[in-house]
Amino acid sequence: MDAIEIVFTASLWAAAIRIASPLIFATLGELICERAGVLNLGIEGIMTVGAFTGWFTVYMGGDLWTGVMVAALSGAAFGLLHGLLVVPLGLSQHVTGIGITLLATALTSYVYRVALPEVTSPPKIDPFQPWAVPIFSDIPFLGSALFNQTPLTYLAFVSVALVAYVLYRTPLGLAVRMVGENPAAVEAQGIDVTVLRIGAVMVGSAFMAVGGAFLTMSAFNSFYFDMVNGRGWIAIALVVFGSWRPGKALLGAILFAAFDAYQLRLQQIVAGIPYQFFLMLPYVLSILALITMARRAGYPRALMIPYRKGER
Amino acid sequence: MTMSDDGRPADIVLRLAGISKRFGDLRANDDISLELRRGEVLALLGENGAGKTTLMNILFGHYVADAGRIEAFGRPLLPGSPRAALDAGIGMVHQHFTLADNLTVQDNIVLGTEKLWSWRGHTARARARIANLAADFGLAVDPAKRIADLSVGERQRVEILKALYREARILILDEPTAVLTPQESEALFATLKKLVANGLSIIFISHKLNEVLAVSDRIVVLRQGRVVATRPTQGATSADLAELMVGRAVPMPKIEPQAAGAELLVLSGVRLVGPEGRAELDDVALAVREGEVHGLAGVSGNGQAALADLLCGLRRADAGSFRLLDQDMTGAETASIARLMGRIPEDRHAVGLIGDMSITENMIAERYRAAPFARHRLIDWRAARRFTQDIIAGFDVRCPGPQATTRLLSGGNMQKLILGRELSGEPRIILAAQPTRGLDIGAVAYVHEQLLAARRRGAGILLISEDLDELLSLSDRISVIYRGRLSAALPRAEFDVGRIGLMMAGHGFDGARHAA
Repeated sequence: MDAIEIVFTASLWAAAIRIASPLIFATLGELICERAGVLNLGIEGIMTVGAFTGWFTVYMGGDLWTGVMVAALSGAAFGLLHGLLVVPLGLSQHVTGIGITLLATALTSYVYRVALPEVTSPPKIDPFQPWAVPIFSDIPFLGSALFNQTPLTYLAFVSVALVAYVLYRTPLGLAVRMVGENPAAVEAQGIDVTVLRIGAVMVGSAFMAVGGAFLTMSAFNSFYFDMVNGRGWIAIALVVFGSWRPGKALLGAILFAAFDAYQLRLQQIVAGIPYQFFLMLPYVLSILALITMARRAGYPRALMIPYRKGER
Repeated sequence: MTMSDDGRPADIVLRLAGISKRFGDLRANDDISLELRRGEVLALLGENGAGKTTLMNILFGHYVADAGRIEAFGRPLLPGSPRAALDAGIGMVHQHFTLADNLTVQDNIVLGTEKLWSWRGHTARARARIANLAADFGLAVDPAKRIADLSVGERQRVEILKALYREARILILDEPTAVLTPQESEALFATLKKLVANGLSIIFISHKLNEVLAVSDRIVVLRQGRVVATRPTQGATSADLAELMVGRAVPMPKIEPQAAGAELLVLSGVRLVGPEGRAELDDVALAVREGEVHGLAGVSGNGQAALADLLCGLRRADAGSFRLLDQDMTGAETASIARLMGRIPEDRHAVGLIGDMSITENMIAERYRAAPFARHRLIDWRAARRFTQDIIAGFDVRCPGPQATTRLLSGGNMQKLILGRELSGEPRIILAAQPTRGLDIGAVAYVHEQLLAARRRGAGILLISEDLDELLSLSDRISVIYRGRLSAALPRAEFDVGRIGLMMAGHGFDGARHAA
């Protein structure tokens, strides 16, 4: 099989969709936060927390979906912390976000060590299994690429549609978009800026945590340190790549994942080039894509600008 | 209009009683009481800093007053809640628009009028209602357009529509004409008349006497946070009102005719392309002569800032030439321009001064590398302080001393420092961009006096201003800037508000769209 043929295999695209799933959740989460005007660099840590709490819930005997819920709630809790620090207190969103990532990551290792002091190799759980969607999975190519995935992947796609609908079709979504553009306008219309922003950060963080949980509960079946491995940072770039729109961000996530899946396969058939170059490929391409696509992007005008009532 | 002299209680829609608010040592509002009657336009007149905006921010719930209470339609208004103000039928058009640029007109209007937790917005119904309101009150604007694509006048209509959409019965307009052309202002006044005829009551905040006299039924004058007079508009004169506002008689600036000399600053065929590829200046020709004030009129955002940046050497022209005192400056360094030109920048806080540094440091900010302030590559602070002290004394700057932190001075004193720094070397050419914006009447008069003194000694002055009255009274000639293009200069004999106003809206510029 040569390098071109791989592109047309369903298995490549099935892998791409699988690799994209956690990125979709994470990107969606970051997008919600940023649309409300709050940069959330806690994403990497919040994903780690979600990966751990979701997995640990199942390991302790919980149901898989309970695990997802617990992951989302623990993500929301860190979102609340970030929100309280940057919205009413107006602290630097960069510094606070990095602090949240350090805190969440460190806290996760601590809890892991305390809860499982004896283990040498990480315990395994029974993760989500692929579920073939009736009828759709029989479609040639598309069926095996898209409709033979785990339920969490389907949830990722449904979430994109849901978030897009809420943002663009409902009064709540309008308020969220508006608060990221001009919080003074929101306050002048009688809506509480603080509550709205913190709420958006909590919901966004919940999505991030579910993205982390995907890793331990769907892609793999146990928890390792460093398993998030920069996916949070990629999600931040994907938000920019997607010009803060859910649909375009979804496309970006799949594109990035497709390159990742592609380079894995390329490593096996191309000899003579150090494999690190292939590992680099998706990142180089995302930088190029950012340069070409994102220069015109209309970012939310009030992104990273704290709002203080009565000050203008 | 419907002003009733007996003032029956039923006719009073809004009552403010004993409102006081302090910020630190400053009494922004001091025991202010006023009443608004049904169907009247009440003008709130006062200088910058008199407390007008603070009072309205209290009314609208952005601030909470330290004392006093507010009643709307006979019911007490919950303090500190914009929501309560909106629910009581109060709508506010802020001086700095509260609109989201990337969203549509309709999005901006509808926000907050529907239940947040609902699965769908009522798009079609909202569009129909906006269209109706727009037609009824002469507020034409396309609901599907993004705010970023609208002119300033259109944005203001959106702000008014926002209030009307919520069925506001009381409308507060904070300095609504500050950003409008004279024609747009006329259209606004026509809209206000229609609103009042429909039973709305309006509070019109302004410091422009002519407008207040033209549009209001009653006038409340504020000075230093207190109500100093309340009187019917009929019978009031602008001289009386000015005196009430300032607390003393205000001399009007006068220019004596004098012959202009050689051309000191010459631009020809200048083109400047912005970062987005749009021409911010297009084929601009301009000549400022010795001993004249050359006024540049225009609605803000039509290229004034680009022109000022170009003249200061902050940006280079993409085509055309720029000459200063017979030297080619087209590609010159900022420093070589600064040696020849006194520059009063548009934004004294962001560009003119560094707020957190001392007055002395600011005064030598452009000259610390050369004598007399630098000796053997060290700064001679004694010389710097002497220079600063001379400016403080010569330009009547009220401050604790040369070591004071600049940020703590008032706007007027900051501007005097800039005047001192830029004019004390008696430059032959002066660029004054919005030199009186945000200053009180006393400081404005001082700035005008200094500019005219420079004119008398033969300096050429380019005065960029959005205040047409200022330009008309100070300029020998006026050019109008519209979308990066400059009109021919009108001599003083041909000054006419109507004509210049039309030009500010694009009339007479080839291929220009007539402002909506």
